[in-house]
Amino acid sequence: MQRIGVFVCHCGTNIAATVDVKKVCEVLKDEPGVVYTQDYQYMCSESGQNLIKDAIKEHNLTGVVVCSCSPRMHEATFRKAVQSVGLNPYMLEVANIREQCSWIHKNVEEATEKAVILGRAAIAKVHLNAPLVAGQTPVTKRALVIGGGIAGIQCALDIADAGYQVDIVEKEPTVGGKMTKIDKTFPTLDCSSCILTPKMVDVAQNENIKIYSYSEVESVKGFVGNFTVGIKRKARYVKEDICTGCGLCTEKCPQKKVPNDYNLGLDTKRAIYIPFAQAVPKVATIDPNYCTMMKTGKCGICSKVCSAGAIDYTQKDEIIEEQYGAIVVATGYNPIKLDAYEEFGYSQSPDVVTSLEFERLMSASGPNGGHLVRPSDHKEPKTIVFIQCVGSRSTTECGKPYCSKICCMYTCKHAMLCREKYPDTEVYVFYIDVRTPGKNYDEFFRRAVEEYNVHYIKGMVGKVAPSGDKLKVQASDLLNNEQLHIDADMVVLAAAIEADKSARPLATLLTASMDTNDFFTEAHAKLRPVESPTAGVFLAGCAQGPKDIPETVTQAGACASKVIGLLAKDHLVGNPCVAHPDEMMCNGCSTCANVCPYGAITYENKDFSRRKDGSMMRRVAQVNPAVCQGCGCCTVACPSGAMDLYGFSTKQIMAEVDAICK
Amino acid sequence: MQVEDKEFRPTIVAFCCNWCSYAGADLSGTNRLQYPANVKIIRIPCSCRLNPMFILRAFQRGADGVILCGCHPGDCHYTTGNYYARRRMTLLFSMLDFLGIEKERTRVEWVSAAEGQKFAETMNDFVATVTKLGENHRLEDLRCKKQ
Amino acid sequence: MDNLEIAKELQILSGVNPRKCMRCGKCSGTCPAYDQMEYHPHQFVNMVETGKIEKLLASDSFYACLSCFACVERCPRGVEPANIVEAVRLWKIRQQDQNHLHPEQIPELLDENLPQQAIVSAFRKYKK
Repeated sequence: MQRIGVFVCHCGTNIAATVDVKKVCEVLKDEPGVVYTQDYQYMCSESGQNLIKDAIKEHNLTGVVVCSCSPRMHEATFRKAVQSVGLNPYMLEVANIREQCSWIHKNVEEATEKAVILGRAAIAKVHLNAPLVAGQTPVTKRALVIGGGIAGIQCALDIADAGYQVDIVEKEPTVGGKMTKIDKTFPTLDCSSCILTPKMVDVAQNENIKIYSYSEVESVKGFVGNFTVGIKRKARYVKEDICTGCGLCTEKCPQKKVPNDYNLGLDTKRAIYIPFAQAVPKVATIDPNYCTMMKTGKCGICSKVCSAGAIDYTQKDEIIEEQYGAIVVATGYNPIKLDAYEEFGYSQSPDVVTSLEFERLMSASGPNGGHLVRPSDHKEPKTIVFIQCVGSRSTTECGKPYCSKICCMYTCKHAMLCREKYPDTEVYVFYIDVRTPGKNYDEFFRRAVEEYNVHYIKGMVGKVAPSGDKLKVQASDLLNNEQLHIDADMVVLAAAIEADKSARPLATLLTASMDTNDFFTEAHAKLRPVESPTAGVFLAGCAQGPKDIPETVTQAGACASKVIGLLAKDHLVGNPCVAHPDEMMCNGCSTCANVCPYGAITYENKDFSRRKDGSMMRRVAQVNPAVCQGCGCCTVACPSGAMDLYGFSTKQIMAEVDAICK
Repeated sequence: MQVEDKEFRPTIVAFCCNWCSYAGADLSGTNRLQYPANVKIIRIPCSCRLNPMFILRAFQRGADGVILCGCHPGDCHYTTGNYYARRRMTLLFSMLDFLGIEKERTRVEWVSAAEGQKFAETMNDFVATVTKLGENHRLEDLRCKKQ
Repeated sequence: MDNLEIAKELQILSGVNPRKCMRCGKCSGTCPAYDQMEYHPHQFVNMVETGKIEKLLASDSFYACLSCFACVERCPRGVEPANIVEAVRLWKIRQQDQNHLHPEQIPELLDENLPQQAIVSAFRKYKK
């Protein structure tokens, strides 16, 4: 039997005015197990806390009930108090007789009666309380950033700045991501490479940062503070530590017909390549699908010209394992495939391009050195039509139901740059809505209209038909209520953006949740926007949802601060109110694991035989207390009633129900 | 120690999730919004912690109404808990109906931490509904009945 | 029946919820019979939503629709404007009760500029 002390707080007159505190004490005194009762003006004050402490020592109390304000207010205070005199903090319960009793009732008799019942329920619960100790787990002081775009780069730099080790895993041969492909950035029109490449160099030179380029995450084990991650280093057939990046091999390679994915296939590269001049790490990579040596065994020119001897045709994929305390997901985005939009003629004419391709056509590092010409005949276009919302805000099968957020601004930028560089070009933009929230964004849009005379037309293009060397554009102008027919030289499609294809399998590895659009869900849409509900996994950039560069950098910084906050701890103190299975009752059916939102439940084969000779192996559930957040979903799902929750056990809640319904 | 008087005063058990509804109940207290004293709140970590057995137990022990309050769908602190709760309660309520316990005696309501007003209104409405229904048939455990 | 009731009726008849429309105008941008119409596909959707039925019924626009379903195919929100046009057309015909098309009337209706598909589909519809 527990020895329980009941402490009733007056809270000045907050409680005492409507609850007869003395009477509550008197009645509760007769409850089984109660050996001491006391009322006091302010229990939370220091002298009030001392009352509790003294009573625990004097009467050897094993459980404490405080009838006072909401446990959300002072539960922590009282727990600390009882802990200071050697009682387990989880042997304390708070009966909420202020917010849920004295403040909402006027009749003293009624309120007193309710306070007594609430006190009884708390006493009944304390009877079944067990001392709980929060588990501690050590933290591996190193972070993993998955994705080396601007989000990953910024996040890694910020974490490294705080003095922690960071590894970046990037699936392409170089870090930099989509931003390397962009020509100028809105709304200031700085050159994208000029602001990105210094950061790429910083990443390469920072001694706390290690880049695993041309690598992918293969497996993830463990939990917050203690992840073990398998990283597949894809064979690039060039020894990364020996290659000097001189680029001689890329000039001598005779295989010239490899589509250049850096320029989105608008031109070609060699079978051995460095994606672009500022690549980090600046190391050549062989594309085995095109390399003559790899396919036929006859060539080897790159190997001959390489003075460093870095070429290795026999290289194999290699899997390494590393330990991390936190994982940042920054897998980024891709424009959607436009093959299903046959009305825009993307696959019929090379002069219908996506905005990202247009970015390459305008870029000084692009296929034409920044001179805007049509991909088909290399003539300067005189009329350009931009179509917005291609695939965005679309509930059809091939589209995306969300707004891709960045298209309004980049289309505006493209239109403006066209008019600036080639003033004799007519530029039409077809829009459904122009969405420009953001600092200096709407001003930027108005400038395109007012100063650069870009024709913004409210309406959607219905059809683009190649005809001769022109593209016949048929569209509606909703404000003038007429159908327009424009003979365009080029059509630029603002394709919707979608989460990278690698995100979905990665989410499965991390047991991180995703929405139906394959964007990672945040722990709380407003208040925890950079954390995944899975502890230790953080989100940066477009992996979480479409966003532009300033927002991505902001989020990456926020993400870094959360990671630093985690890595700064030597130990993680868990919440002791976690689920635990009764192994004798568990039959290993996996129901609990299926409902667990955190992947905290695993299964283990255990030997339950009592004799030495026989073996009775059974599959039983195991809860990882460091991962479990204590929601209790599994306790209800368990068909055999084997799962229970510390702090809110089935028996405890039943006892409360009994006390209330007596 | 139910006060004995002529007026029927139902016993109501309210299960509130720790993150939204319990805080909502606190808020209605902070705003001094009145609701009847026969509502007694039990704190649970999440609405998905509510085992249907708890409701049956409450009815067994003489409760006249049971209400479950949780975070709004999509706002669950544990991401998906309230979805599970919603499904379980739908099943349980149709079973209670089958057992002869009126649907109106049970309810699931989503109350956020900012909805003190809604919490008080819900409780007033629920108590009024249950009062109108009158005393509940008490579910009894026959094993415990004196022969 | 007042206009709003007719509008509701038309929505049931066509199975279209005009509130799904986000006013992008792709239906009208894509419509091959645009120039023959006084009211255009996106206006049909809007006018049925707001109950401006009289104007719609008074105009001949719905006869100009070729039922090519390009608007249905390309609408990003799945609104199906052609079905609304068809519903308005049915409404007009049912109202008049006797306004059926007879084979002998066709020769005088023939117009060189009219696509043959329009005549065939009109005959198929109005002979019932």
